[in-house]
Amino acid sequence: MNTLVYIDHFKGEVVPASWEAVGVGKTLGKVTGLAIGSNLENLTRSAFEYGVDEMLVAEDPALTDYRAELFASTLKMAFTSHNVDVLLFPTTSRGRELAAMAAIDLNTGLLVDVVALEANAEKLVVTRPIYSGKVMAKVTSSVKPQIITLRGRAFPKPVAQPGKSGTVTKMPAGTGALTVVEGYSTAEGAASLTDANVIVSGGRGMAENSALQAPAGMDAKQSEVWRAKAGFVMLKELADVLGGAVGASRAAVDAGYVPYAMQVGQTGKLVSPNVYLAMGISGAIQHLAGMRSSKLIVAINKDPDAPIFKLARYGVVGDLHQMVPALTAAFKKRLAK
Amino acid sequence: MKLVACVKTTPDTTATIKVENGKPAWGEAPLVINPWDEYAVEAALQLKEANGGTVTAISVGGEEGKIALKHALAMGADDALLISDPALASVDPQAIARILAAVIQKIGGVDLACFGRQAIDDDSGTTAAQAARLMGWAALTLVSVIKVDGGSLRVERAIEEGRQIVTAKMPAVISLVKDIGEPRYPSFMGIRRASKVEIPIWSLAQIGVSAPAAVVETVALADAPVREVVCEMVTGGNPQEIAEKLADKIIGEKLL
Repeated sequence: MNTLVYIDHFKGEVVPASWEAVGVGKTLGKVTGLAIGSNLENLTRSAFEYGVDEMLVAEDPALTDYRAELFASTLKMAFTSHNVDVLLFPTTSRGRELAAMAAIDLNTGLLVDVVALEANAEKLVVTRPIYSGKVMAKVTSSVKPQIITLRGRAFPKPVAQPGKSGTVTKMPAGTGALTVVEGYSTAEGAASLTDANVIVSGGRGMAENSALQAPAGMDAKQSEVWRAKAGFVMLKELADVLGGAVGASRAAVDAGYVPYAMQVGQTGKLVSPNVYLAMGISGAIQHLAGMRSSKLIVAINKDPDAPIFKLARYGVVGDLHQMVPALTAAFKKRLAK
Repeated sequence: MKLVACVKTTPDTTATIKVENGKPAWGEAPLVINPWDEYAVEAALQLKEANGGTVTAISVGGEEGKIALKHALAMGADDALLISDPALASVDPQAIARILAAVIQKIGGVDLACFGRQAIDDDSGTTAAQAARLMGWAALTLVSVIKVDGGSLRVERAIEEGRQIVTAKMPAVISLVKDIGEPRYPSFMGIRRASKVEIPIWSLAQIGVSAPAAVVETVALADAPVREVVCEMVTGGNPQEIAEKLADKIIGEKLL
């Protein structure tokens, strides 16, 4: 099967799930990579090193910022000039949107956020979680090309082979832009949870630190939030030692401790890091739905009956406000080299 | 502004979903408006309050669609419309996008169609972009902040790397994320009004479309694999001792 892989990037920085998609494409046959943007030399070089056989590159100042309609029409030109059986995208905000539009442009089926796939008589049958992973659906699409977005971290990232290169075909930019990008701002706590190898998450328990005295003049709610914020600073220190990101439960977000961008769960981010450390999170079903596919789950909670322990490989019943600094110190000692 | 909010009825987020006879089942768990769609209704109501106009809630599907529509009405939507047809029994999400696009165009004069970022049952998160593509309207997805300026919109989009600030002319399609603001609770008067409203039902023939052929086929459904873990409780004399033991165990898993 011939595959076209959309290499998703932000300002030239490739989203790792793009390379995972290249790896999947290689198991099926020939892989053509497609990159849209400006200043893509480094990206193109990396694409070959990760195994792309041939690159299509649409490089134009007008393509500097991602714009849905403009990118979708550029993509359309790529797949009309290249006969492919499968179009692969990483499941990112951009990948999901472009795949959705490509399915309309091609009048073909779309299989989103896939975690496993198998070839069956020249067709791919894929597995995708529905109901936030409470149910796994095996689905296929009847019309070619099949359009598939792959969930990040569900497939192995290929090993880069430095120095590899291949043919680059330049493409013009598409047309039909309907939006203008004015700029960007960094959302607080937006460090990409979905790409993180390690996630340290905090819940309601983050505010339950009686040893911490909030400044005078705060009412009960203000001092609760103040204590919780101090708690999340402590989680950040642990996450930094482990090279990870900080997440939160919905309860912590709803209580105003941290911004929504940090929420893990059914109505937040779906994550699958190697290691998930749940601190003061009881494990409501809506939180578990967002992190159950983590490889190793470790929980610290003062309630021995907290449902989170049912998913955890290691647990500690105790005060997280004492445990987290101790754990940070223990990891610092072991990982500092 | 003529505003439309597209909504869907789903099982509650706390429902335990099991596969029974090849179909998802949620026992006695209640059906609710898809939680993400509440943000779509909320955004539409905020825009109506700021700029004047009307909000119409639309749902495609069976009778259960009325649950989401009644909720939208109770929140303050002016009217509601259910698209229901026996031919809809075997359609896929893409077909729903096609039908919604056709309805929005049939209604006519719509400035902005609001969607939730995704439905918590199918988790596709593609309907807004597909409806926009079909209508040739700008797709502004994952919107967290909206400002209307004459015939244009200025929005912030919550992307993985932060916020992207984008402008577009209306008509447009937007999908909403949580930052838009907590959806209001239905008022007592709203609930009373919603319970009395007779929601009009349109068939596909009335919109002038036939049921789009399904291009995605479900082969099988299975319960999520049960996680076979036994939790090992790490204990010790003091937090430092427990932390030392726990750190060794985590490092021993070779996943860091």
